[in-house]
This record gives sequence, C-alpha cells and structure tokens, in this order.
Amino acid sequence: METVLGLSAIAAALLISFGALGTAIGFAILGGKFLESAARQPEMLPMLQGRLFLIAGLLDAVTMIGVAVAFLIMYANPFVELLAK
Amino acid sequence: MAAGQNLTISEYIGHHLQNLVYGKLQTGGELCQGVPHYEAGVAGSWRFAHCPAEVKDMGFMSINVDTMGWSIFLGFLFIGLFWKAARNATSGQPGAFQNAIEMIVDFVNQNVKDGFHGKNPMVAPLSLTIFVWILFMNTMDLVPIDVPGKVAGLFGIHYMKVVPTTDPNITFGLSLTVLLLIIAFSIKAKGLGGFIGELTLQPFGKWMIPFNFILEGVGLIAKPISLSLRLYGNLFAGELIFIMIAALVPMALQWALSLPWAIFHILVIVLQAYIFMMLTIVYMNMAHEHH
Repeated sequence: METVLGLSAIAAALLISFGALGTAIGFAILGGKFLESAARQPEMLPMLQGRLFLIAGLLDAVTMIGVAVAFLIMYANPFVELLAK
Repeated sequence: MAAGQNLTISEYIGHHLQNLVYGKLQTGGELCQGVPHYEAGVAGSWRFAHCPAEVKDMGFMSINVDTMGWSIFLGFLFIGLFWKAARNATSGQPGAFQNAIEMIVDFVNQNVKDGFHGKNPMVAPLSLTIFVWILFMNTMDLVPIDVPGKVAGLFGIHYMKVVPTTDPNITFGLSLTVLLLIIAFSIKAKGLGGFIGELTLQPFGKWMIPFNFILEGVGLIAKPISLSLRLYGNLFAGELIFIMIAALVPMALQWALSLPWAIFHILVIVLQAYIFMMLTIVYMNMAHEHH
C-alpha cells in the first residue's frame, strides 16, 4: 500500500512537471518568434497577437489534461481503489 | 457544510469538489458517517446524495443538479440579455449596453468571417452561443470559494459547485455536439460517399484503406476529446488552486495569493472561451470544404 501511495505521488509530480516544462519551453519559443516578427512588421502586430493567444491556448491543452489526471491520482486515487477490492 | 465542524484539509478540498447529485441508490443503507440529520436510504430510491459514498453507490443513474441548474440559468441569461439588446436596438447613438453587445457580436462576426469560408447561416450564431455561454460559465469561477457553499447551506443543501465547466459532463456535452455537427455538415457538403472517402482514402491511396481509416478516425475522435478536456482541465485547475489557497493559506495572506491568481484567471477564462469558439469555426470550415 505504501509503495502504491509513494509511486502515485511520484507519478503525479512527473505528470505536472513535464507538462509545465513542455508548456514553458513552447511559450518561450512562441513568444520569441512573435516578438521577432512584430519587430519586423509592426503593422501585423494586432493580427499576430490574436494568433499568439490562440496558439498559447492550444499549447496549454495537453498540459492541462496531464494536470487533471495528476489531480485525479492525488485525490481519487484509482490504484488505491483497485487495492481495496 | 455544518458550522463548527472542523474538517481536515483533504476533507475540505474533497467537499468543495463534490457536485450536488440527485440519483437512484443501488444498494442503499448506512453509507454516510458524521452527516447531521442523516437517514439511510432504501435501495432503488431516488434522493439527493448526502456524501461521496452515496454518489458512488448511485453510479450512472445520477445527475449533477447544481451543474445542470447553473448552466441552464446562464444559458437563459445569455439569451435574455442578447434578445433584450436586439429588441431595443437603435441605429442612432447606442447606449452602453447595446455598445457592449455590439462589440461582442462584431468580434465573433470578424472571427467567423476570417475562419469560415463556406456558406452556412448556422455557424455564426453557433460561434456566438459557444463563446458567450462558455464565457458566462467560466466567469462563475470568480465567485469566492466559500460563498455558494455557505448560501446553499442556509437552505440545507450540502454541496454546491457553481462553475458548470468544471464538470466534464458539460464540456463533453458541448464538444460531442460539435462533433455531431462536424459529421452532419461533412455529410451534407460532401455526400455520404465523399465523407467516407475522406476518412478512408487519405493520406495514402486506396490500397491502404484500413490504415487510413485508423489514422483519420483517431484524428476525428481527438477533436472533441481535446476540445472538452482542454476547457475542463484549465477550469478545473483554476478552481482547485482557488480551493487550495483557501485551505492552506492563513486568513491574513488570503488576499495576497488569491488576488493575483484571480487576475490571471480572468485571462484564462476569456482565452478558453475564445479558443473553443475558434476551433469550432476551424472544424466547421474543414467540414465544409470540398476537394
């Protein structure tokens, strides 16, 4: 039982941390490209900014799925329920 | 939430994550401990669940009453506000309310014009509904965490979650509807043969039909799943952080943490509604195009 709890904690931590890592790097690259192209063509700035937020939201998606699964493991642990049977 | 009852942090969080469920007890009996005024339920009886153990007993035959109530109420609020604006619209100097409504409609209209290149009068109202309804539902997350619980407690209701989009039922309802619309409009625009051809003949030729079908099928299913889980995950994480700030931080520091998070959450709310709308427009566009 302790093994399952310990491993669940590590699993949840890995889920959240890798999601955060991927999203952070993705936002950084996206932001850098946005600033570059805005500096190149300032008249495109409003349109690019709309696209920036759109892509930012898409980047967040899989991370958030991972976060939701991590919270599921933390608060309604399915492995513990399997053990209890 | 009984006053004077000291909950552990885990219980507090769990309490705030529990919906108000009305359902049919499968086995019944003494399932809950420590709940005041509790009577054991009979197997097969319909009642409001008094604790998570009863919710689990109800299984599939249950409905999240608080989610349904708030989402329907917010839907009618959206319809009511926009209908009132349309009724009293003047072409002269607009008032502040009409101005705001016009801004939203213009915004959605611009996005539909940019994204949708087909001919379908339903796409723009669909996008407007999706955007404003999800925006309203998400904004309920800005209500302070304990307020709905305490107010509902005055009426004897044990659980009340006011943000419908933190319930995966609602987000899947929205995205499965979008999936049905994608399939319906694809068949309407390309014919049934064209739709099946699009699923089976791309990207490789007709000698690899099973392989194509698996690839395209996964792509088709991934659309509604990612749509709904993206919205659900963002809102669930936001709500959970509000709950944890309320649970873990001493009273004096509550403002210092929850205020920045609430401000950031305002961005997330609008962004998620916008993304759901944009992706719906893009999927509708993909459904209507011919080859």
